[in-house]
Amino acid sequence: MELERFLVLSAVLFCVGLYGVLARRNAITVLMSLELMFTAVTLAAVAMSRYVTSGTVAADPGNMSEAALQTLLTGQVLALFIIVVAAAEIALGLGIVIALYRSRGTVDVSQANVMSR
Amino acid sequence: MLFADVVFWVLAAGGVGAALGVVLLKDMFRSALLLVVVFLSVAGHFVLLSAEFLAVVQVLIYAGAISILIIFALMLTQNVQQGNLPNRMQAPALLLPALLLSALAFVFVDTDWRLTESLPNAGAIVDAAFIDTPASLAKLLLENYAMAFGAAGALLLASIIGALSLVRED
Repeated sequence: MELERFLVLSAVLFCVGLYGVLARRNAITVLMSLELMFTAVTLAAVAMSRYVTSGTVAADPGNMSEAALQTLLTGQVLALFIIVVAAAEIALGLGIVIALYRSRGTVDVSQANVMSR
Repeated sequence: MLFADVVFWVLAAGGVGAALGVVLLKDMFRSALLLVVVFLSVAGHFVLLSAEFLAVVQVLIYAGAISILIIFALMLTQNVQQGNLPNRMQAPALLLPALLLSALAFVFVDTDWRLTESLPNAGAIVDAAFIDTPASLAKLLLENYAMAFGAAGALLLASIIGALSLVRED
């Protein structure tokens, strides 16, 4: 159950974030909830990397070469890329929120409906 | 119960409680501070998962940079104290995550994972693979994933330029 409890925890964090994205009106809360979802996915990737074996290692457990063992770290590399994408996303997202506030005087996403009228 | 189990449950309870605070509290400044608590608890989980380098990156980038960015954006907009209002979609917004959570939990628990622990020399493999992870990660990034590494740099540059042009006064 070592792996499963981390995965279920990450699912809980992801779903709390999803609720925040769907149910809140303030654009900054929506962005914070998105960050929660990113973090949850990162946690799942790192947990997989620690507990689930890779095809290379499973095919030949006796092979302890550096290249074979590094395949176990793929999840951590994925987590690093998720962090980079999350940083780019939050910088652009907050830029959009501030531009929205300047032009409309609100950060309420249900007021940002120019294109639906 | 092992020490690691106690640490896990304390961090998990703190993290989930803080995450609920982030989405439910009315005071957005407190939400932003609770977001830092969530990030720190996830960093603790990374240490439990022998990913110390990622834990440091998590504290530096998420708990340090991203949360400061969010707090600045909060202060540049209005309604910090009462700003976190629900919209008119409460029932579907609650139903969808609940369904997704039950489906995910079922899949995670029911799947027969191919665990490293089930290999005959699991202890030696884990010891060798998860020691000195920064060096191994650097090697992976610059050799196997060099292309994606360059693309990530280009993405960061593009997002900086995009954010600057979005908030420029003109």
